[in-house]
Amino acid sequence: MACSLGMDPNLAGKKILLLEAGHKKVMDSVPDTYSTRVSSISPGSATLLSGIGAWEHITRMRYKPYKRMQVWDACSDALITFDKEDLLDEMAYIVENDIVVAAITRQLDALPENVQVKYKSKVVKYTWPTPHHAAESVPWVKVTLANGETLETKLLIGADGPNSMVRQKLGIPTVKWNYDQSAVVAVLHLSESTENNVAWQRFLPTGPIAMLPLSDTESSLVWSTGHRLAEELLELDEESFVDAVNSAFWSNENQSDLIETAGALFRGALSAIMPSAGSPRQLPPSVAGIGPKSRVMFPLGIGHASEYIRHRVALIGDAAHRVHPLAGQGANLGFGDVACLTQLLSQAAFNGKDLGAIQHLLEYETERQRHNLPMMTAIDLMKRLYSTNAAPVVLLRTFGLQATNMLPTLKVSFHTSERTRSSL
Amino acid sequence: MAVERRIALTAPLKPDSRRRNKDVTPDECCEMFSNKFGGLMFGFRGLKATSVGGAIQRAASRSGFSWAAVCKQRALWQQRSVCTGMQRTGNICSIRSASHTTVDPGEVKRFQLLANKWWDEEGDFAALHAMNDLRVPFVRDNLLNAQRERHPGKPLAGLRILDVGCGGGLLTEPLGRLGATVLGIDPVEDSIRIAQLHSSHDPDLRDRVSYRACTLEELSGEGEAEQEEQTETQFDAIVASEVVEHLADLETFAISCSHVLKPGGSLFITTINKTNLSYALAIVVAEQLLHIVPRGTHDWEKFVSPVELERLLESNGFLVQSVQGMLYNPISGAWSWANSTAINYALHAVKQDDETNHHEATHN
Repeated sequence: MACSLGMDPNLAGKKILLLEAGHKKVMDSVPDTYSTRVSSISPGSATLLSGIGAWEHITRMRYKPYKRMQVWDACSDALITFDKEDLLDEMAYIVENDIVVAAITRQLDALPENVQVKYKSKVVKYTWPTPHHAAESVPWVKVTLANGETLETKLLIGADGPNSMVRQKLGIPTVKWNYDQSAVVAVLHLSESTENNVAWQRFLPTGPIAMLPLSDTESSLVWSTGHRLAEELLELDEESFVDAVNSAFWSNENQSDLIETAGALFRGALSAIMPSAGSPRQLPPSVAGIGPKSRVMFPLGIGHASEYIRHRVALIGDAAHRVHPLAGQGANLGFGDVACLTQLLSQAAFNGKDLGAIQHLLEYETERQRHNLPMMTAIDLMKRLYSTNAAPVVLLRTFGLQATNMLPTLKVSFHTSERTRSSL
Repeated sequence: MAVERRIALTAPLKPDSRRRNKDVTPDECCEMFSNKFGGLMFGFRGLKATSVGGAIQRAASRSGFSWAAVCKQRALWQQRSVCTGMQRTGNICSIRSASHTTVDPGEVKRFQLLANKWWDEEGDFAALHAMNDLRVPFVRDNLLNAQRERHPGKPLAGLRILDVGCGGGLLTEPLGRLGATVLGIDPVEDSIRIAQLHSSHDPDLRDRVSYRACTLEELSGEGEAEQEEQTETQFDAIVASEVVEHLADLETFAISCSHVLKPGGSLFITTINKTNLSYALAIVVAEQLLHIVPRGTHDWEKFVSPVELERLLESNGFLVQSVQGMLYNPISGAWSWANSTAINYALHAVKQDDETNHHEATHN
């Protein structure tokens, strides 16, 4: 955000300060091993990153584009694939979070003095202004740091994660709950070198498991499952863990004959109507091993702030909304916030407005909530829909997935709507 | 005398709220403010009484018709107990610093309440705030068209702008943020105090925006007195937004503008047309039917049509560049440009130097 604002020509000369709790993360050379924390970066987000010059660093460091995504159900044969028609364009990119941070840090350093970063800083107190400041209150947001320093700003942007202190101190009501799931992440070594340009995701009754390409021989695992199962997975020795992953992708134990037959019939009927539609099933690569000490787990939850803005304050990213990783949209929603807020602040500056004025912040809130809420609802619904193996639900989702897979236009609109929006 | 009449009609003034603090130094001024609180205002009135003169004293506030003005008048009306500096005129302007240290805290509090009205984006002046979406780009783009250099982040850097009838500084601040050095003038002392107080907190504005309680004529007269410094006190642009519909003598206004403007400088005016429609909305609907503003707030006779204004400006050495209609939507609260200038309109004129004036004349 700071980088994006600092590079906007209309905001030139505006003093921007980034308060960072962590230490500075500089990456002189790319580490040999892959990190477990990765993000799926949509082309829209990549556009934003290349706008601030960070994408160039990322491509020089390490990233992996994928051209196809296959999502299928453990309880039936239903599957859906998303791909670019000619398989030439990239659908999205898998990038390690550390790489993204390092690339942005490098761009921040290159910015002129008006953009500053205070690493290892901790905020102890926020003093909020009242909309039409009364005699005693400060007209701007006052921030008190742990080292006693106080700062004043026209606009405070809260990008402090799902447990946002800014959001809590403002008392913004947040709809949130924890899923009964934890995510286990790991770096997977594939048994043989492949093109590896497909993102795989299978919905198991216990939660979705996804394999995202990192290189020709390595992939990143995101396995969302029950807390206890996740803990067990972490305890397993490497060999058993690999077996568990492979069987999660390959096993048919959850399928029932009824669903099988019904699904086959429905698919048959659909292909009778549209013979050429639908894409063939591909098989995921098998896993041979995992990266040393790469297994980590963390709990999953969902959260949405009912307001993204207050007088002179805006929330972005996970501070405003937190999603299940199943759609790989968490980072992209955040980058979408950045692009939208930057554009509105740039316009406001060019019109000589007070950057903290409520008018354009309201525009930001409206635009982003209109985009984020349906996305979050869809993701949450998918999570719920696939968390059961009850026959009627399975049947319904089987038909739904099959039909969607057959209808190219619907699929394209489903997929591209995210792309065009996030590239705004 | 529109404003005075309005006051006389609707409510008697409280004697202790009346102020004629014209020729005061900053120190006197502070003293006066504290004294006023003690009810000692009468003495000061006697002391500071000044003669009446000057053609544009009625630019008491930048109140137009339009919904903007309607709102504004209502707000001014609610503030009548403090907004009574309108009769005052004189030859010397009072300049005072906005520093907090010399100001009585009680006084500051009272002004902040008033400032809240001016600066509440959704309050009484909402329509004026919303008008910034049109008038700031109007001023900015026309000035940028004439300018060669580009200053990223501060597009109007290096320009001196005069905001006539600045009120609480609603338009003065955005222009200052765009990098221009802006002087806001308004004969209403209280408005000037509010404007100063509001801009004093922002370091971006502190060096760029200044305010004086005086009229345009006074300012132009000052320039005359100090001929040698004239080039330094002249402006690249004058903005008179929602002001000219309150002026008694437009001719003097045009001459004064021309006087303080550099050759080639721009004059931006937004005001209200003299049409049947504007009569219906400003006088009949707003004043007589809905009583949004007291009767007599607007004098339709003082409204001026674009054609008339154009003729008047051109006969005083200006060349009108563009005239554009503006439309307010009271439901969405937003302004938009319109082809019709039947109600509100914006005008951009350029002061010609004598040579181009001559050239244009022969050309025509």
